[in-house]
Amino acid sequence: MKLQPVKFYQKQTFTVGNRLVAGHARAVQANMRRTNSLNSGHRACQGCGEALGARYAIDAAMQATGNRVIAVNATGCLEVFSTPYPETSWQIPWIHSLFGNAAAVASGVAAALRVKGRKGDRVIAQGGDGGTMDIGFGCLSGMFERNDDVLYICYDNEAYMNTGVQRSSATPAAAHTATTPAARGRSGNVFGTGKNLPLIAMAHEIPYVATASIANLRDLEVKVMYAMSLRGARYIHISVPCPLGWGSLPADTIKLARLAVESGLFPLFEAENGEITGRYQLRHRVPVTEYLKLQKRYAHLFGDTPDLRTIGEIQAIADRNIRRFGLAA
Amino acid sequence: MDTPYGITLDTGSSLANHTGTWRTSRPVYVDRLPPCNHACPAGEDIQGWLYHAESGAYREAWQALVQNNPFPAVMGRVCYHPCESACNRATLDEAVNIHAVERFLGDEALKHHWKFDPPPEASGKSVLIVGAGPSGLSAAYHLARLGHRVTIYEAGPMAGGMMRFGIPKYRLPRDVLDAEIDRILALGVTLELDRRVDDILEAMRGGGFDAAFLAVGAHIGKRTEIPAVSAGRILDAVSVLRGMETGERPQLGRRVIVYGGGNTALDVARTAKRLGASEALIVYRRTREQMPAHAAELEEALEEGVMVRWLNTIKRIDDTTFTVERMTLDAEGRPQPTGELETIEADTLVLALGQDVDLSLLDHVPGLAVDKGVVRVDGNMMTGHAGIFAGGDMVPCERTVTVAVGHGKKAARHVDAWLRGSVYTPLPKHDLAAAAQINAWYYADAPKSVQPALDALRRQSGFEEVLGGLAEDTALFEARRCLSCGNCFECDNCYGVCPDNAVVKLGPGKRFEINYDYCKGCALCAEECPCGAIAMVPETI
Repeated sequence: MKLQPVKFYQKQTFTVGNRLVAGHARAVQANMRRTNSLNSGHRACQGCGEALGARYAIDAAMQATGNRVIAVNATGCLEVFSTPYPETSWQIPWIHSLFGNAAAVASGVAAALRVKGRKGDRVIAQGGDGGTMDIGFGCLSGMFERNDDVLYICYDNEAYMNTGVQRSSATPAAAHTATTPAARGRSGNVFGTGKNLPLIAMAHEIPYVATASIANLRDLEVKVMYAMSLRGARYIHISVPCPLGWGSLPADTIKLARLAVESGLFPLFEAENGEITGRYQLRHRVPVTEYLKLQKRYAHLFGDTPDLRTIGEIQAIADRNIRRFGLAA
Repeated sequence: MDTPYGITLDTGSSLANHTGTWRTSRPVYVDRLPPCNHACPAGEDIQGWLYHAESGAYREAWQALVQNNPFPAVMGRVCYHPCESACNRATLDEAVNIHAVERFLGDEALKHHWKFDPPPEASGKSVLIVGAGPSGLSAAYHLARLGHRVTIYEAGPMAGGMMRFGIPKYRLPRDVLDAEIDRILALGVTLELDRRVDDILEAMRGGGFDAAFLAVGAHIGKRTEIPAVSAGRILDAVSVLRGMETGERPQLGRRVIVYGGGNTALDVARTAKRLGASEALIVYRRTREQMPAHAAELEEALEEGVMVRWLNTIKRIDDTTFTVERMTLDAEGRPQPTGELETIEADTLVLALGQDVDLSLLDHVPGLAVDKGVVRVDGNMMTGHAGIFAGGDMVPCERTVTVAVGHGKKAARHVDAWLRGSVYTPLPKHDLAAAAQINAWYYADAPKSVQPALDALRRQSGFEEVLGGLAEDTALFEARRCLSCGNCFECDNCYGVCPDNAVVKLGPGKRFEINYDYCKGCALCAEECPCGAIAMVPETI
């Protein structure tokens, strides 16, 4: 881990800022002059995790590069809610082309900058889980294997939320979506489907791969800033809960992101050149039910007769993650 | 249109889109009442002074503390800290060791000779205070700070009241007490010792006082009827403890029985041990759970070898032979005799059955009401006679130093208002900050720091202070354990977690404000606020 834990046991250790620690030890988001790369007035839902994750990540990248970031956006919520013509919330150079070609466009922008000798200008491509893992997967894999100088950030809210909550390859088992309904004897998304893109990215042996969560802001910022200090293809996968698609309260967005991490369902780790180099160890391990019961997409597992078998299978996934990534403290 | 090459359409900013119109409820910054402050009988703003202590600004912390209580070094030693019983941190790990930090700040002030701010210009009014105990001294301090001329008449030879004559040295060293009293007197308060007031109205007339605050305390030990064949040596607890201060050390003998179950009983038993008694036995007619004494003090007494007979009464005395009867609790929890008798040998019996108030100075005051041996006062601490106020042990209350200090402050405010011909109305209290409003995730586990204690052998042989103070680093650690319940400590969480950048950071010490043009009312800020300082209020449509 690049994040040096601050030995500050009493309070404020886990908060965004802290009047008792030196300025450099505070989060970018605590700064009065943070760039607010994604500005107010965007049309994301109340309590949108993706809007939060995008500001966290891009502000950190801006800080790391001296405000020299160009972003390429895939189609998706982030693109739609931030930039309905003629308005945009982006306060950075930003381009949108198609749903599936963000990685390819970013490769092109990086090539153009190289040709023009603009070394200080850095390229970030970003998209949701659909644009990244399904539709843009071929372009992304190409960007990885060519080791193009792009940081690709995936904001993972686990389905196609913009178009009405359809299943993606990031949708977790048992989750209800419009295309994997929990009705008429079916119990949401099928177990044993989907893919783990951070591990696939690692298989390309690119310089840097990391997962992050909006519930662990400093860890997220440190990972983005470290990624910006490297050259070549880099990938960061950020967990961003979606109140609309997950059927949760807008106020619970960060709590859900935290419970996803602390239950073991969303492991936080980082890898360089294909090898895991750091992992976040759980601070307060919780059973998956704590996480599931706050979301309507899992409501069918609870009720009068809880579906203990399915809950047990989800717990087994979490337990496997904890074992596999060494998350237990 | 002036756009770069290839760009044909101009873009606007999303700032034109006021998403605040989506909102159905709005976040509002609030200050809630921390449970420690709520529980403090002296009305201290504990969270407020801990906030300063957290950053190592001990002088500011001390100054904030003495706004309400001029005795931090005393209070940090003798207060039974109801604040800690109320502390929300207890639901996480353990309550903040507030009294130890208070004591640290009090000791720092004594070490560095910090002084109170001088009083403002004189009001021209003068107030008589009768009794230089915690209540009288506290009132004197607050009245002096409000610009009044204050004179204290004290019947005894030394100031301090029960802080000196009731609390033994091993709990409150006298140099600490003296220093904190002297600092109050340095404000220009006149103290006349050995000046007993027999008639309050006459004393007021004689000195030309505009108002009086009575705080004579409760110094007469209660007696009880015990049949005695031939009377042994019987003393009362107040006289024993008083004798320790005035130089006439009480002769208690080798075996001492203390009758009673309050803190005074424990103080006497522990004092007896230190005076060389081989046996100090407390006889109490109820159970340990029913004992009014503070549990921590009982624990310390037991460590020092004090013995206790629960559910026992003294039935008969025959010189050095005491017959005790075992009691049993009835269905209502009251002790009832069983008829089982036993005899114990002892040299002295000390009665610690509570104290009464000497009210003779009020004999000729019209309008004044006395109820069950204490003076009745109204909500403004005023007696039935206009201009005469009373507080401390002589009015109905729980008899502790902290309550007395609180009375002094409260009375001072009402005396001040009365002298100015108005009525003091306290500011409305904030809502209580409940444990449920704390977001525990943001606080790291940190068990409380323990004060060093003197070992039992050294305790039995002398009057050295039993509990030590915290060192600077542990005091700082302890102060930082404060959760700051219900009061913003500028952690930047709301500023960080708003998906709409609708929280505006105003800079150090200035907190935050909400930009309602863009706030969508998602309540993430309220949910992720560690200390519950943001409330969601429904919008009116």
